[in-house]
Amino acid sequence: MVGEIHDHDAVQALLQRVLGMVRGGQAEALYTARDRALTRFANSRIHQNVTDHDASLRLRLIDGERTGVASTNRLDDDGLQRVIGQAAAIRDHAAPNPDQAALPGRNGQPDPSLGYVAATAKADPELRAAGARSVIAAGEAADLEVSGAFSTETSTLAVANTSGVAGAHTTTQAKLVTVMMGEGGASGYAQSTRTDVGAIDASGVGEDAADKALRSADAGELEPGEYDVILEEYAVATILEYLSFDGFSALAVQEGRSFMELGERVMGDNVTIWDDGNDPRGLPSTIDYEGVSKRRVDLVTDGVATGVVHDAATARRAGTTSTGHALPSPNTWGPISWNLFMAPGSSSKDAMLANTERGIWVTRFHYVNIVHPKKAILTGMTKDGTFLIENGRIVRPLRNFRFTQSIPEAFSRIEAISSQTRLVEAEYSGITARVPALQIRGFNFTGVTGREEGG
Amino acid sequence: MNDLIQRALDAAERAGAAYADIRIVEREAESLTVKNGALEAANSDHSEGFGVRVLVDGAWGFSASALLEPEEIERVTRQAAAVARASGLAGGDPVVLDETPPQVGRYVTPHQEDPFSVSLDEKLRLLFEADAAMARVDGINVRQSSIECGRERKTFASTQGARVEQEIVEAGAGIDATAVNASESQSRSYPNSSGGQVVTGGFEAVRAMDLAGHAEQIAEEAVALLDAPQCPSGRMTLIIDASQVGLQIHESCGHPIELDRVLGYEASFAGTSFLTLDKLGALQYGSELVNIDADATAPGGLGTFGYDDEGVPAQNVPIVSAGRFVGYLTSRETAPVIGRSSMGSSRAWSWDRIPLIRMTNINLRPGDAGSLEDLVADTRDGLLISTNKSWSIDDRRLNFQFGTQIGWLIRNGKRTQMVRNPTYTGITPQFWGSCDAICGPDEYVIWGVPNCGKGEPIQTGHVGHGAAPARFRDVQVGVGRW
Ligand SMILES: [Zn+2]
Repeated sequence: MVGEIHDHDAVQALLQRVLGMVRGGQAEALYTARDRALTRFANSRIHQNVTDHDASLRLRLIDGERTGVASTNRLDDDGLQRVIGQAAAIRDHAAPNPDQAALPGRNGQPDPSLGYVAATAKADPELRAAGARSVIAAGEAADLEVSGAFSTETSTLAVANTSGVAGAHTTTQAKLVTVMMGEGGASGYAQSTRTDVGAIDASGVGEDAADKALRSADAGELEPGEYDVILEEYAVATILEYLSFDGFSALAVQEGRSFMELGERVMGDNVTIWDDGNDPRGLPSTIDYEGVSKRRVDLVTDGVATGVVHDAATARRAGTTSTGHALPSPNTWGPISWNLFMAPGSSSKDAMLANTERGIWVTRFHYVNIVHPKKAILTGMTKDGTFLIENGRIVRPLRNFRFTQSIPEAFSRIEAISSQTRLVEAEYSGITARVPALQIRGFNFTGVTGREEGG
Repeated sequence: MNDLIQRALDAAERAGAAYADIRIVEREAESLTVKNGALEAANSDHSEGFGVRVLVDGAWGFSASALLEPEEIERVTRQAAAVARASGLAGGDPVVLDETPPQVGRYVTPHQEDPFSVSLDEKLRLLFEADAAMARVDGINVRQSSIECGRERKTFASTQGARVEQEIVEAGAGIDATAVNASESQSRSYPNSSGGQVVTGGFEAVRAMDLAGHAEQIAEEAVALLDAPQCPSGRMTLIIDASQVGLQIHESCGHPIELDRVLGYEASFAGTSFLTLDKLGALQYGSELVNIDADATAPGGLGTFGYDDEGVPAQNVPIVSAGRFVGYLTSRETAPVIGRSSMGSSRAWSWDRIPLIRMTNINLRPGDAGSLEDLVADTRDGLLISTNKSWSIDDRRLNFQFGTQIGWLIRNGKRTQMVRNPTYTGITPQFWGSCDAICGPDEYVIWGVPNCGKGEPIQTGHVGHGAAPARFRDVQVGVGRW
């Protein structure tokens, strides 16, 4: 058992001990640990307040072309013996896989200072309750129902293998999210995600959401159709999240389901998107689940598809090396782009608004999904602040729209990109993206949300 | 274990808890995936630990740990109480639990063949047979076959005297074939997409699927889809196969009847619900043919158990009766809001998560429209669609859009031209109001959904949906530009 689950020396000692206990063949020991606390509030009170603390070990054993994997969160001697026995039993009975990649070898050491702030690791329930109170106060001052969550967590990922990999990285993350709702269907949203809990301005988050909510009340109808749009950063980040699932992985390209045709123009020449786990302007994650240090990958450069992220398996097939984007291997999902960035432009949301004759302002999207992977057609709903723009001004709030739109097509019609960017964490996946706001000529809205009274 | 449980409950009372419960959980899972003729992944996972939930001064606290030892249990319990006190700092009304009498009992999923006793060789044989059958079809780029087995042993005890032990056994499998050309990537799956079909029960369920026996057909369909015409756009009569009806129930009925969503507890993440409290007993949710039950007792359903994670016995309660909305999914905390006791749908993903309101098996009762082929024969013109591909629905669960893997035009009561990329969209009560036929009991299957995400930190729910193919009139299909 590791006394302190985030102590790198103790963790490496555990991993080396496990590797030493394995008889024959190659082995990889993957360790993940998390201390997480989360305070949720709704109807202006805290209704859920939880902490959890767990560490687990995943062992991959390879003998020739046979592989077995087993995992456990029992890290005492009995637990370790058992997990080794299970992985070995699977390995020894497994069918050979001639296509499997070798374990990665020793590669760069991550910068331990990246992505870790002690104040976040030490945050207590009183601090989170105080943040919740600030948000609730901002909402109640505007006569809104307030809900949200304030979380702080410390995570450690460590990998050691018999080919010399021995890496570990500990990160912290704090996240405050709120949705505020009021009379007339008013709804507003704000999010702040940081490595340092001290950088989260709870009152500011509350005020942003309250402002949106108040402005979105008594929304009116507008016929669905193609409209010019201003997409705020939250909406842009969600699109990038789905492009990541859809096409930024080498496996998606190798299996022919990605919109990314390497070397070809896939978007407008003002679009540049990359992945960088070492950039402190994001939420750094410096090694992957195979222990490979993350490299920056230029995904789309001036509109041209220039790269995809790799793990050891996709890299082997493509005759290249891993970029450090593996999930726990082996798996069927392939590598994933986790730390996205989109290059800023020179515009501002105010300037975009002034330049819009008639269009729709979108604060964020909800429940997006991929309709057609190869064309990167996505669908989803607008949420928490959708407004009609006329003659350079926001004239009234609109009921939420459904969009069904090919993103490479829409990203070929970007008119303006803001110079300011915002760091956003995706709702479900945890993918992060630092993105600007976008003004796009022509975005296809295919439906409007239902009325309160239903059918 | 009795001693450990008592320590937690005593420590909670010493820390000022008016109520406390502890869950001790051990979960094992095994998953095997064969991809393109090779064993791609073979995993065995094991996780154990406990979670303590306490109510202090009317506010909740929860803490969990993997270390099942006396001092740790006391530390975690004290931490849960401290967290509860911090919850109280934000103010608000105190939590009041319903009057469910404390239960003492034991439940084991009925099963014939323990999935963990079936050898790896035998499971791999089933997967490689299916893979080989798909490989016999020219033009398939990616073949995937998988088997998943799970077993959860858990003990629940509360300061009110409840003491429940359960062992839930699950088994599932599925196959997918994907064909690709320059502009299209088309997949077909059996028995369902997203990993196949999963049930509570033994390995007999996997054997009964006959994966290899269906492999060639789905592979041929995937190849044919590449050259099939795009699904037309317009309003038409739509027949939806049973598995997609299951997902339609999940998104447009299962989630909006979660009473915690209705009360705003999930507003900042998953969203709220159009089924507000004033709609209970009043709203015509669907046509008179539509009868939906929440049945945690249905044999084989992935949402079937003996007791929920608050110790409430599994029940079967009506949700929609002859089209009218009559019931919610509830917990001990939320049921009193509507003047009821919990109907037993509060479940946690693992030992380190609190129980949330989760679907059980949300089942659409079969109708009298006979077989799927009978229903097609009874339909002059329309579209038949099968097997989910994409899903999206708004935060109040009104405006939905689904895509399926495959469709066929119906002309004069006959299944004719295959079409690709079918999608349909609608508004929940109008859509269910347009249901004018549901196939009979022979077409009825309880589909398992093993990947329902809800809550923060997110929890993955295992739920089920009994469904038969059904017909809907005047539905918008072929959404967007292609
Ligand atoms: Zn769900």
